[in-house]
Amino acid sequence: MTLVQQVVTVLIAGAATVLTRFLPFAAFRKGAPAYIRYLGSALPGAVFGLLVIYCLKDINVTAGAHGAPEALGILATAAVYLWRRDMLWAILAGTLSYMALVNLVF
Amino acid sequence: MAHGGTKTAAFRAAAPLSLPIMAGFVFLGITCGMYSSSLGLPWWMSTLMSIAIFGGSAEFIVASMLPGAFDPLTTFVVILVVQARHLFYGLSMLEPFRGMGKKKPYLIYAMCDESFSINYSAHVPAGVDRGWFMVFVSLLNQSSWVVGCTLGGIFGSMIPLAVEGISFAMTALFVVIFLDQWLTEPSHASSITGLVASAAALALFGADGFLIPAMIAILAVVTALRPRLQPVYGARKEDEEA
Repeated sequence: MTLVQQVVTVLIAGAATVLTRFLPFAAFRKGAPAYIRYLGSALPGAVFGLLVIYCLKDINVTAGAHGAPEALGILATAAVYLWRRDMLWAILAGTLSYMALVNLVF
Repeated sequence: MAHGGTKTAAFRAAAPLSLPIMAGFVFLGITCGMYSSSLGLPWWMSTLMSIAIFGGSAEFIVASMLPGAFDPLTTFVVILVVQARHLFYGLSMLEPFRGMGKKKPYLIYAMCDESFSINYSAHVPAGVDRGWFMVFVSLLNQSSWVVGCTLGGIFGSMIPLAVEGISFAMTALFVVIFLDQWLTEPSHASSITGLVASAAALALFGADGFLIPAMIAILAVVTALRPRLQPVYGARKEDEEA
């Protein structure tokens, strides 16, 4: 992307975000339809699963380190989160272990 | 009460509630800024995102898209889906934001997950103006995010050697969010659908084109499972409201 296209992309993402924040005040003043409410409670888990896969999309499991640093980084993140139940510690621990792995081991 | 006094009292009530969020936002903002600079983006791109988007997950995803090909439609649809949860924050805030006048557009624009949680649940002390209280909560949270993203953008562009692997911060963020959801959800059907459908779409369509097919597959499966899942998720919602 050129710099201008990057700025346009950011503004489009901003417009999509603002739309999700303003829409209920414009469209759902009397409450949302039952299907929309169902999606609201049922979709988040699937969306977060999609985002995890999105983060791993560029791993080549057939070459290089076969995704081992990513697998170990995820394990470290999950272990620290289950232990401390603190988002920031888990992200810090996971990222630092991953950085150590790609820079020093693999 | 004098106009200035109203704002001071609201600020004093808002600041202690915002403080833990602000600390987290500065840290995560620095991470997001460093990530964005590590992709070769200019330092101010994360500042622009923190103002134009103001949503951590979405900013990480947009940053990851910027070095690739220009694809406004995919960006729009993906961010719409990622941010769709805000629709439900809005539904909860229809009443609290009523009569907020000129403050209302800012309150809605700045309604990130954390500001929503505080503004929705906080018991504003008697004598404190609710509107100004919510404005200060949102403003303090957003300023700390903008500051964090800017600092991270500058750090990231200054120390390129340190950023090998910093991109994993996005993976770690989403792993934690996924895990947190997993531990609290009444059924894992949706989370498993998300992982399996996305992995299948990735295998079929490749890294550059799998997002939209994955979202369509997820929507189809979650819709097909509605007769079985609605009672499970619906029951939980009533528990929360009780």
